[in-house]
Amino acid sequence: MAEKLATRHLSAYFGQLCALHDINLAFPPNVVTAIIGPSGCGKSTLVRCLNRMHEVVPGARAEGEVLLDGDNIYASTVDPVMVRRRIGMVFQKPTPFPTMSIEDNVAAGLKLNGVALRRSERDRIVERSLRQAALWDEVKERLRRPGASLSGGQQQRLCVARALAVEPEVLLMDEPCSALDPISTARIEELLLELKTSYTIVLVTHNMQQAARTADLTAFLYAGELIEFGETRQIFTNPGRRETEDYITGRFG
Amino acid sequence: MSAKAPTRRQLWRKAKSDLMMGITVAATAVTLLPLFIILAYLVAKGASSLNLAFFTHMPAPVGEKGGGMANAIVGTLELIGLASLMGVPVGIGSGLYLAGHRSSPVAGAVRFGADVMMGVPSIVVGIFAYAIVVRPMGGFSTLAGAVALAVIMIPLVTRTTEEMLLLVPHELREAALALGVSGWRTTLWVVARTAASGIATGVILAVARIAGETAPLLFTAFGNRFWSTSLTNPIASLTVQVYTYAISPFPDWQRQAWAGALVLTSIVLALELGVRWVTSGSARAVR
Repeated sequence: MAEKLATRHLSAYFGQLCALHDINLAFPPNVVTAIIGPSGCGKSTLVRCLNRMHEVVPGARAEGEVLLDGDNIYASTVDPVMVRRRIGMVFQKPTPFPTMSIEDNVAAGLKLNGVALRRSERDRIVERSLRQAALWDEVKERLRRPGASLSGGQQQRLCVARALAVEPEVLLMDEPCSALDPISTARIEELLLELKTSYTIVLVTHNMQQAARTADLTAFLYAGELIEFGETRQIFTNPGRRETEDYITGRFG
Repeated sequence: MSAKAPTRRQLWRKAKSDLMMGITVAATAVTLLPLFIILAYLVAKGASSLNLAFFTHMPAPVGEKGGGMANAIVGTLELIGLASLMGVPVGIGSGLYLAGHRSSPVAGAVRFGADVMMGVPSIVVGIFAYAIVVRPMGGFSTLAGAVALAVIMIPLVTRTTEEMLLLVPHELREAALALGVSGWRTTLWVVARTAASGIATGVILAVARIAGETAPLLFTAFGNRFWSTSLTNPIASLTVQVYTYAISPFPDWQRQAWAGALVLTSIVLALELGVRWVTSGSARAVR
């Protein structure tokens, strides 16, 4: 299977601290790849390296290559802003823009980039994105209300819609359900399975059941190293490495 | 437990709590008392001299009764407006810079400079404006007064802008960046917009502060008994007019000085109420 996104000898640092060491991973298209591992193992740092968000933190830097369709996004000629338009991201905590209405939040990525849209076209994008995020039916009557007026689970789906509105090719989700209740979590998981038909998805999760339910492939990270990467079923039923087995059976972590 | 008589320890604790409560209430009263006394005194002394003529008429010649402070009211508004025009963009701009470049040495120097500037006595700012505007231009002017007020305003606006921007959760900034929005667009349209009501509060407080300044105007805008709105001529202001009238030997002028002080205080109070309105409005929007 040809890969959509891949890392080559990727290492990441915070100042002197090495947070990720020599990671080599390939993310095939139309697949959900889960990244699991104990707190502080570098899961978030890894996904943040994939769309050059890692370097936004002062003192943080990355080495190695990340290939998107075969092109290194860390090449000196590449503008990180352009990378982020192709690789969208949803964060742990829902972060709707507090000054914007629901529809403005969805259209924010386009509007803030100065894309001039006709009203009808904008409405079409807002509706399409909200439908994709399985939020349309809940908010279609109140698109002008503030985004912050929604519940936590709805806010997170609003953030998914916002990320989808700019039509990225890859969607990175950094523990998108950790602040949500089980019902909202189930909605987001259903959403992942629908979205993977058109996107490449990388899901960071603390929740091993979630990885088992939604991911086709799973990578296990420990102390900044990639320990094991393979089919989710195999990782969970017949792990190749001792550390993986210990982690998924809850013996440490 | 509750049926038992309180132990000595409990009584002692309650006594200490009551004592502290008494001290804090007393401190609050001491803080608020001058405010109410000043307001009451101003109203008592100034209200009787307030009439339509005070707002629409020019100062009467010495010895003649009546007249008003129309020129000083307009002058104060012109000085504040002009100073804000100069000071607010510079202050907000440097505040944006400080918040965006937290740890650069330049930012450290700018921040330190702003803090020192806030502590500079306003009369010194007046001398500064005298040296860089009045001397080269060859005379007192509205422009010189506005420059002096702007210099007082800039560090206040800079620091409040920075503080307000830093209150915006950095997750919002990252959320915008992750959408492929460029750094400056993110700062302007997401971070600054989220902090807008706080920044507006800082600006209004700075305006209120300069509205009451007298010392820096004494040898910059100077004051004017006549009608003038020209930028290059001396201009009247409420503060300087009140000062001149208050130390004059004429009872009618002293009476008008009270009225002027009342008007000035009302302007400042109105601005402060404006702040309350702006901030409560945004608090509602966020909820």
